[in-house]
Amino acid sequence: MKRKVVSILLTAAMAATLLAGCGGSGAATEEAAPAAAPAAEEAAPAAEEAPKAEEAPAEEAAPAEEAGAEAAEAATGGSDVSGKTFAIVVKSAGNPYFKKAIEGFTEVIEGNGGTVVVKEPSAATVDAQITEIQSLISQGVDSISVAANDENALQATLQEAMDAGIKVNCFDSKVNADSRMTFCNQAGITEVGQALIDAVLDLSGGEGQYAILSATSQATNQNSWIEAMKSIQESDSKYAGLELVEVAYGDDEPQKSTDQAQALLSKYPDLKVICAPTTVGIAAAAKVLQDQKSSVKLTGLGLPSEMAEYIGADDAHSCPYMFLWNPSDLAKLAAYSSIALVNGEITGAVGDKFTAGDMGEYTLTDGGDGGSEIILGPPFQFNPDNIADWKDVY
Amino acid sequence: MENKSLWKKITGSREALLLAILVVMGIFITILNPTFFSPVNIGQIFRNNALTMIMALGMLCVMLTAGIDISITSTLAFAGMTIGMLTKYNIVNSTLALFLIAMVMGCFCGAMNGLIIAKGKVAPIICTMGFMYIWRGMAYVVGNSQFASGEDVREFAEFGKDGTIGPYIILIVCYALFFWMLKWTKFGRKIYAVGSNAEAARISGINVDNTLISVYTIMGTLAGLAGALSVSIYASAQPNMQYGREMDVIAACVIGGVSMSGGRGSVAGTFLGALIISIIAKALPLVNVPSIAQNTVKGVIILVVVIFNVITQRMVDRQNLERREM
Repeated sequence: MKRKVVSILLTAAMAATLLAGCGGSGAATEEAAPAAAPAAEEAAPAAEEAPKAEEAPAEEAAPAEEAGAEAAEAATGGSDVSGKTFAIVVKSAGNPYFKKAIEGFTEVIEGNGGTVVVKEPSAATVDAQITEIQSLISQGVDSISVAANDENALQATLQEAMDAGIKVNCFDSKVNADSRMTFCNQAGITEVGQALIDAVLDLSGGEGQYAILSATSQATNQNSWIEAMKSIQESDSKYAGLELVEVAYGDDEPQKSTDQAQALLSKYPDLKVICAPTTVGIAAAAKVLQDQKSSVKLTGLGLPSEMAEYIGADDAHSCPYMFLWNPSDLAKLAAYSSIALVNGEITGAVGDKFTAGDMGEYTLTDGGDGGSEIILGPPFQFNPDNIADWKDVY
Repeated sequence: MENKSLWKKITGSREALLLAILVVMGIFITILNPTFFSPVNIGQIFRNNALTMIMALGMLCVMLTAGIDISITSTLAFAGMTIGMLTKYNIVNSTLALFLIAMVMGCFCGAMNGLIIAKGKVAPIICTMGFMYIWRGMAYVVGNSQFASGEDVREFAEFGKDGTIGPYIILIVCYALFFWMLKWTKFGRKIYAVGSNAEAARISGINVDNTLISVYTIMGTLAGLAGALSVSIYASAQPNMQYGREMDVIAACVIGGVSMSGGRGSVAGTFLGALIISIIAKALPLVNVPSIAQNTVKGVIILVVVIFNVITQRMVDRQNLERREM
């Protein structure tokens, strides 16, 4: 008997939680409203000039009306998103790259009067992200921007979010076309592949062996860049002298990356270049090469602050130059595209255009996987001339 | 007759068996990659696995008391991250001071484990699981979304740079110290006594609680030391450092013949166990095992070695029993 009562109570509690979850959007907006109001007032003069004041479609799915947010709502217009909540889900906590991304995202959203919810899973796993996204769905946010730990595994959760009327885009690492509305790509796959293979060609002096030190064997980004490098190499005869001897995986872990880099050196005595398209891998490889005073050169994608020690044109430095993009700009682009999605300026279809604040106008292009993407620009080269300026930035 | 007893002596020693396994592995690897046992590679094996080897000593003590500590790499990350930040922001730059800070922090973390396990009678795996999350979390808090690497830790990384002898000296000193401690000191024998039969140890006047607190404190101190070494060797402090590697340390002990139920295990066995783990890690990428299959192969090797080891142990036990019957 007692057990029955307990189970009924439990069921009731769970049902209540579910209901609360569904209505969460209203509650969240209510909480957010007072905080957003002053910002909205400041932004009001600018907003009046904006043309879309009336057109901005209110979220049908979210019962925001009852949320006493009318004061804030009155000032809404254009890219002003007062009372709206934008979530950003990064790959994992404690990573300076994503810290910069979160700063950029927050700057844009708060600058336009919105509220930011930041989710940083403690481990870089897809299960951790699923949990975070589910909690965002029950909170009833207006938009979710995610840097995915896995391309396909988030599909069910993100579709659930979109069914609930939440706008979903991704940045840094994409999810498949069915799981997203659009993808903010730091640099087109081809652009990155091109930059890397050209760097390998340049550093090897036109011919010779090179190896790739990647992150994990499932890493979406790394795999697509590596594929791009391979296909570019095959397509043009000027790369005919290059030979890719191995793709090693350091799992983005300093110790394993070190083991793998050392293994490459002892396995291939004629190796000329290592290309590490991952920040942990390139730093580990840079240290291995520099400590051993190896003549093998290094390039790839790395964080300026971590790589400053190893970048230099002379033999004492292992990495003549490398590439990356600005994570803050990337997240800003994600923020602007979220705003455009929430305001209905874009739907995520190829050909849609929107203005990303002072970053200018962007067009949604075909992502090559059935979905659309927005390309930030070509990767940025860090070399001995500019590394000193960038190492303190991120 | 004399031959037979010598044979018995050899098969009776697990260390000898481990040595045999090592030799077989060595031959196998050399066939696949003739340059494997070059001085450079051997140096790298010890340098890259110094952390596992050092922490295996602490784990040996803990496992001798029938305990286990899965919070060690979290302690390592907490200590390593803290000194990484201290040197990044130029608060402390002396290598010695940074090592001491990391060890003191590890000592504190370990003592917490010991106190709760001994006084609170909490199962070691539960208690250390709690701290595994706490210290790992603290590493993230201390790091505050920053890494320390490359230039930030340049001076400190000089100590562990490829070609220096610092890490080797630490390794040798640790092993010599523990060999002596476990074999020839009163404290060492107490650890064995507590692990074989805690009740009997208590009755014979050994302070079991204090012994337990001591072994976890020792484990923590070594984890702190390993944290400092890790930052120095890899010139990198990030909050997820060595994540999941506590299993390598436990595996090293288990391969080395340390019993999970306490009371049995030796420094020499632990060393050989750690060496086998290290050689596996180093050799797999070098003998053309595809990257994506390396973990699977590693697991299979660990299991095979342990099963082999257990079977021999049973044989030895039976031999001993037969001898007693006679």
